[in-house]
Amino acid sequence: MKEYQTITEISGPLVYAEVDEPIGYDEMVEIETDDGRTLRGQVLESSDGIVAIQVFEGTSGIDRKASVRFLGETLKLPVTEDLLGRVMDGSGQPIDDGPEIVPEERRDIIGAAINPYSREYPEEFIQTGVSAIDGMNTLVRGQKLPIFSASGLPHNNLALQIARQATVPEDDEEGGSEFAVVFGAMGITQEEANEFMQDFERTGALERSVVFMNLADDPAVERTVTPRLALTTAEYLAFDKDYHVLVILTDMTNYCEALREIGAAREEVPGRRGYPGYMYTDLAQLYERAGRIEGRAGSVTQIPILTMPGDDDTHPIPDLTGYITEGQIYIDRALNSQGIQPPINPLPSLSRLMDDGIGEGLTREDHSDVANQMYAAYAEGENLRDLVNIVGREALSERDNKYLDFADRFEAEFIQQGYDTNRSIEETLSIGWELLSSLPKSELNRVDEEFIEKYYLEDDAETAEVTAD
Amino acid sequence: MSKATDTQSDTGESGVIESVSGPVVTARDLDARMNDVVYVGEEGLMGEAIEIEGDITTIQVYEETSGVAPGEPVVNTGEPLSVDLGPGILDAIYDGVQRPLDVLETKMGSPFLDRGVDAPGIDLETKWEFEPEVSEGDVVEPGDVVGVVEETVTIDHKVMVPPDFEGGEVVSIEAGSFDVTEAVAELDNGEEVTMRQEWPVRKPRPSVEKKTPRTPLISGQRILDGLFPIAKGGTAAIPGPFGSGKTVTQHQLAKYADADIIVYVGCGERGNEMTEVIEDFPELEDPKTGNPLMARTSLIANTSNMPVAARESCIYTGITIAEFYRDMGYDVALMADSTSRWAEAMREISSRLEEMPGEEGYPAYLAARLSQFYERAGYFENINGTEGSVSAIGAVSPPGGDFSEPVTQNTLRIVKTFWALDADLAERRHFPSINWNESYSLYREQLDPWFKENVTDDWDEIRQWAIDILDEETELQEIVQLVGKDALPEDQQLTLEVARYLREGYLQQNAFHPVDTFCPPEKTYLILTATKTFHDEAFDALDAGVPVEEVQAVESVPQINRIGVQEDYEAYVEELKEDITEEIRGLY
Ligand SMILES: Nc1ncnc2c1ncn2[C@@H]1O[C@H](COP(=O)(O)OP(=O)(O)O)[C@@H](O)[C@H]1O
Ligand SMILES: [Mg+2]
Repeated sequence: MKEYQTITEISGPLVYAEVDEPIGYDEMVEIETDDGRTLRGQVLESSDGIVAIQVFEGTSGIDRKASVRFLGETLKLPVTEDLLGRVMDGSGQPIDDGPEIVPEERRDIIGAAINPYSREYPEEFIQTGVSAIDGMNTLVRGQKLPIFSASGLPHNNLALQIARQATVPEDDEEGGSEFAVVFGAMGITQEEANEFMQDFERTGALERSVVFMNLADDPAVERTVTPRLALTTAEYLAFDKDYHVLVILTDMTNYCEALREIGAAREEVPGRRGYPGYMYTDLAQLYERAGRIEGRAGSVTQIPILTMPGDDDTHPIPDLTGYITEGQIYIDRALNSQGIQPPINPLPSLSRLMDDGIGEGLTREDHSDVANQMYAAYAEGENLRDLVNIVGREALSERDNKYLDFADRFEAEFIQQGYDTNRSIEETLSIGWELLSSLPKSELNRVDEEFIEKYYLEDDAETAEVTAD
Repeated sequence: MSKATDTQSDTGESGVIESVSGPVVTARDLDARMNDVVYVGEEGLMGEAIEIEGDITTIQVYEETSGVAPGEPVVNTGEPLSVDLGPGILDAIYDGVQRPLDVLETKMGSPFLDRGVDAPGIDLETKWEFEPEVSEGDVVEPGDVVGVVEETVTIDHKVMVPPDFEGGEVVSIEAGSFDVTEAVAELDNGEEVTMRQEWPVRKPRPSVEKKTPRTPLISGQRILDGLFPIAKGGTAAIPGPFGSGKTVTQHQLAKYADADIIVYVGCGERGNEMTEVIEDFPELEDPKTGNPLMARTSLIANTSNMPVAARESCIYTGITIAEFYRDMGYDVALMADSTSRWAEAMREISSRLEEMPGEEGYPAYLAARLSQFYERAGYFENINGTEGSVSAIGAVSPPGGDFSEPVTQNTLRIVKTFWALDADLAERRHFPSINWNESYSLYREQLDPWFKENVTDDWDEIRQWAIDILDEETELQEIVQLVGKDALPEDQQLTLEVARYLREGYLQQNAFHPVDTFCPPEKTYLILTATKTFHDEAFDALDAGVPVEEVQAVESVPQINRIGVQEDYEAYVEELKEDITEEIRGLY
């Protein structure tokens, strides 16, 4: 392997070096500095005679005398089932004093796209035990469902609650494939990292987890690699070893910042708000690595977490994410300050795969109708709140007042549950019916008449009728 | 594509890679023309020449380029990027350069897309039963149909003389079993007509003229057919933020539109959405024929994680296939989800070429490309004298849901139907979340005669009635936001009530309800008549001194919202109208 001492330019995270042999695009590079450190990088652009290298650990300490080695292959991750229970840094080096990892195979971390023809449509209900998710925005196996949060909000509590409680009711009976968690942290604080690690340890989840940690003070460029390591591991466990893998990636905002930094260093034409024009494609290459594959027992379910800069969901990071993922769960600042746990706002939240994962034989026959009706009713109540502030409750009709009450109860009884309560789907739906039964039957136009017959709580109805008169 | 099929028309022109940056590769000493297909590197990755400067050719590569290095060879095919046209396109699923994804799965032996594997767009070995439609001695011209094969249970595939043939007298033709490469007819000038034609995707197929479209593309979606119809041969855009219903609307059209052929282009969107189509369509019935939907459908899936250059070309692959069936005299509807991803692919390539960026980094030719695409839609007189149409419906994904961005704006300057999706409606689960104040169709008047003749005489009148009520509601809502509903005079309260039924029972339609998902125009009309019956009776009652609360409390009225889910809707509406009339009249 040839060594070059031909660095011509160092700029931000990038190093340019002259070469006299052809170097492959995306190929791995090692740079050895004066003080004996070895930094790793990747070829971003390869031309005859010169290459641009992105250095994961950052370029500080590199000078023009540093030597550059090209490894002749793209970045690969050693994979084995023994990764379960292990903790690695953001570039895949173990940091847990565990035994040496003996790989079964080395996998390219870029990952090839799943052939759309080979996918199996996800439709197995995952019960998270969280009513706002199970009832209104159902998660299914193989889905990518991000949490849209913002700084200072309890998205981690929710992610952990899901990781702890997620089950697939059918599997509990049949004893299906095993469950594993892959956790990829990008630029989170030590404190946040501890929060996750302690919970994993407390619940014994660590044994069936693989952790990749890039912390806030770790190199930013490394963050572009961390989620790919996590997903390569997840794909291996799911599609080679039959695990149902839940991947938690946090915080995608830090990942995108790293992309922006590299783009700026390359003097690329920036897209919206300075983020690279190819960020949609880049994010898609991560998020699309969720799913099911026909003929394979395992699955990759992704819950990426992102913090919206300025609580703004039109910011490119949440915006592009929402365009790629199969829905999103919003953590809401106002609900959080009301003390609602988890403070999920179901109105802008969405699960695009819900419709095929619920209903008779999957959850319950009335699930879809109940969810639709509660959405409409909560939205109507929410809407009226502004009006109440102006004209007062008395100026509203009887009907409007019912909707206002509905919205209040919906938040206090349905969304509110605490991070330790695990509700079955039956419980969730019956709370739903309790709330819906506070509205007159004739208002339930999204619910099949047959289900109204069966589930509507008549007692409440009578009181409803009386007050209506 | 043609690599696998051509007798390597490799002209021996080969060059050497100079640089690699993602999907863009430059090569030295390659003697290529613009848009020639080339094979890049040791693995022979497929690419297309997109810029030529001196002896440097810039190539966009349709496959991932990791590991590809300068110095590796580039080979020119000398042919522009083309699609294979012939039987076998329907019921198929392709990537952006027409490689069949099922064949790739088999050839690659893996559910993950590997590189450097090619496959013809249509199978070369399948035998088709050919029935001649002309006889020896007949003279045929370019475009003329020489015979048919049954491509699917639904579609008779017309075998046509390619547009670039000279034509002449048929000297030999007979019925029988042929594969797509065998001659089914020979002409006196030596030309041989096979079932397979190749056509360069960036070049529109010729036609005689474009005509004014006068037939609606019935979608079975109330708000579309009822308020904002698109014509067969028309163009439409569906812009909206994520989660507002672009894809569901496109899927609904693909399922229920009364076109003969559907070309569905998943351009830079989700893998699972294509899987859903692949799994559902073979099971679903074509509303026109009762056959499986796939029998009239061709899918192009270049999802967001697939190579970006192939995303740029998938739109052209789709529209060329659509034109081919149009030439047979069919009404084709093409859905592209999403044209924004296509525009972004152009932007990505353009920025790698270091072209001067226009608005928001998009290349200066963005507007031109968009209009060239939509121009390929229309109601045509074909060169063989038949009439056929291509309707083009593009989803647009504006960043942040802001319609002032370049792709939405440039699209709106071209298309004639605008279905504006609205995040607020979606949040309230008002579906389809098409904003009735912002949307429009410039085809409305020219399609009215068809609706009047085929559905009902007062189609336009009752539509206008509904629009007026909805307009009035919009105005009244502004007042309500200030003073509350109870402060309004009784007649205005009643208008709001009628408008609510229009929104809930007419405009809303649940795509996931087995019955409501498809609404024939007759039913669309009947829902309006039921709502109008309530309106007329209620106002009469109000005039007669009945308090508005009593009118609102009439028990049968909420059933208006349930007409959508009735299978036997005619009887239901009939009875409902009677009940409403009787009950309200009973109040005074
Ligand atoms: N006509 C409809 N009926 C019922 N639900 C709908 C309808 N249109 C959209 N939806 C709901 O909205 C979600 C998002 O729609 P989708 O078309 O995927 O949005 P987009 O493509 O604009 O991101 C769907 O998953 C579905 O739950
Ligand atoms: Mg969509």
